Amino acid sequence: MAEELPGTDVAAEAAGGDAYPAAGGPLLRIEGVAKAFGTFRAVDGVSLDIKAGEFFALLGPSGCGKTTLLRMLAGFEAPDEGRILLGGKDIAQALPHERPINMMFQNYALFPHLSVRDNIAFGLKRAGMARADIATRVAEMVALVKLEGLEKRKPDQLSGGQRQRVALARALARRPQLLLLDEPLAALDKKLRENTQGELMELQRRLGMTFIIVTHDQEEAMTMASRIGVMKSGKLAQVASPRELYEAPRSRWIAEFVGDINLFDGESKLRDGHRLVIGTRDAGALVVAEPREPVGAGRFSVAIRPEKVKLSRRAPASEAGRETAINTLDGVIADICYLGGTTTYKVKLDTGGMLQASVANSARIDVDAYSLNQHVVAWFTPDDCVVLPS
Amino acid sequence: MSSRRIFARPARFAAIAPYVWMGLFFLVPFAFVLKISLSQTAIAQPPYEPVFDLAAGWDALKAAFAALSIDNFKLLGSDDIYVFAYVRSLTVAVTATALLLLIGYPIAYGMARLPKRWQAVAMVLVIVPFWTSFLIRIYAWINILQHDGLLNQILLALHLVSQPVVWLSTDTAMYLGIVYSYLPFMILPLYATLAKMEPVLEEAASDLGAPPWQVFWLVTFPLSLPGVGAGVLLCFIPIVGEFVIPDLLAGSNSLMIGQTLWLEFFTNKDWPVASAAAIVLLVVLLVPLLLYERLQKRQLEQGR
Repeated sequence: MAEELPGTDVAAEAAGGDAYPAAGGPLLRIEGVAKAFGTFRAVDGVSLDIKAGEFFALLGPSGCGKTTLLRMLAGFEAPDEGRILLGGKDIAQALPHERPINMMFQNYALFPHLSVRDNIAFGLKRAGMARADIATRVAEMVALVKLEGLEKRKPDQLSGGQRQRVALARALARRPQLLLLDEPLAALDKKLRENTQGELMELQRRLGMTFIIVTHDQEEAMTMASRIGVMKSGKLAQVASPRELYEAPRSRWIAEFVGDINLFDGESKLRDGHRLVIGTRDAGALVVAEPREPVGAGRFSVAIRPEKVKLSRRAPASEAGRETAINTLDGVIADICYLGGTTTYKVKLDTGGMLQASVANSARIDVDAYSLNQHVVAWFTPDDCVVLPS
Repeated sequence: MSSRRIFARPARFAAIAPYVWMGLFFLVPFAFVLKISLSQTAIAQPPYEPVFDLAAGWDALKAAFAALSIDNFKLLGSDDIYVFAYVRSLTVAVTATALLLLIGYPIAYGMARLPKRWQAVAMVLVIVPFWTSFLIRIYAWINILQHDGLLNQILLALHLVSQPVVWLSTDTAMYLGIVYSYLPFMILPLYATLAKMEPVLEEAASDLGAPPWQVFWLVTFPLSLPGVGAGVLLCFIPIVGEFVIPDLLAGSNSLMIGQTLWLEFFTNKDWPVASAAAIVLLVVLLVPLLLYERLQKRQLEQGR
């Protein structure tokens, strides 16, 4: 169990109900929620359970409905259909100020006429907390986000990173059962964003709170969340852990949306035990591991992540005692992209296709580096391939 | 390097232009009025003395200066008619401005929350009355409010009253006229600040547990204060000196300072007293202006 801060749970008291869900049940249950704007179905039948203490990310391209879904959780939009149960109670039609849920807004939405202290105290005052308790809680929050000494400043007098912290402190001050974060780091520069990601995760673990973050940045979602829901056109395309999402995407679209990937279209040719041979147009016949859910005959895509592809000057010698068939593809280096930690090579395959390989730069001296137009052999194991319906 | 070079000639002219304008069209006329207010009425052309005559020589000029006195200002303070006129003007202006704020704020707020294309339409609707002459619109009100006017006809037809109501020459009619005429001046600055305000701030307040009235009172209203200040000033100052509307719509038993000025100037032909009354009015109006400026400066110091 996470560390509990002293003091009463204002938000839960404000909700006037049982702060904790029935044992074992999810904290938040979204049931068949839909919302249309005119004829555009922004959210189209989403169902999702979120457990207490989870760090959940809603990931998707802009316009996929993730922000609308978040706004329905906060109460700024009412769903046309479906239920939103928080701790077993339907809050779908409750007004924002009646929900024990707080939100951290994308551009922070700090009150420009109030000081840092008054911004943080705003929600506590609305909950009718005693003055002395408010002062204690504000001091706690200020310390939590490391803003000591800036209490009297106005938002205009703060840097972007400091404003972000005030917004976080303000949203956390009421100890909401659920904290919603709408692209909380989008306005920060890269370095600060990475530091803040770590701090947010640390904070979430320490407070034991449930976070739902909306982001279009898949790296951010992968880094921070324990579970990710990928949204596309108002629907949840896949809900999985970051690893599962990356290594076992359910569709071609998800595979391409999350990280880089090589995709080869083809038809299944023959089955050999746990192996499947798929004939592709651009990369010839590829041996792949049979997916967990067995597939019949038909058209498939073979997906391989660039870092799973190895490059060598000669075909790898088949090791003794290893029966694994290895896919080897001959080609020529067509493009080199040096990224510091890794180098991405684009290999023009003799079979016609293009293959991306990402190689870790494990040595400072680049004796292993390949040069443009050099002939190479690219290879990968059947287990590194994912078979996706076309 | 010479720092003077920074100011090229056009830039320097642009910096001076406002002062030239102020000097020509405010300070010089003000000096004339001030001088007349210190003179005495006379049956002459112009109807006051002394008259500064630069051609008459140094001694004559010195004598003219010696003849100036502040008697007119003493008169203003000692005669009830002027004191009452000032008090009435301020009362009318405060009441009318409060009414304007109460009526204008909801309209401006509603406009600012309309979809973008409807905002333009609403804006035109607010401004359209300006395309008709102000006087004609006030006369139209006389027509509506008179004994057998439209208003009384409607009230009688609806059996809300059994006899025509006296509207004209009452304070009600005057307030109606003032609120009607000045409403756009209240709405436009309010609308400008409210439209600029991010609606997400109101969402944040409600997310943090504020019911709608608190959202308005703790976030929307404080953030619209610059607009409130501008609207109040734009209405209050001209209403204090208003002449036409009280003259045409209000009764004649208590006069506003604008009407008193007019009487002194054109009926009594007492230019010096009228000028003194005008100077006092100016000073009275400077007070709210200075207050507003200080308020704005404080807001700037606090960081916009």
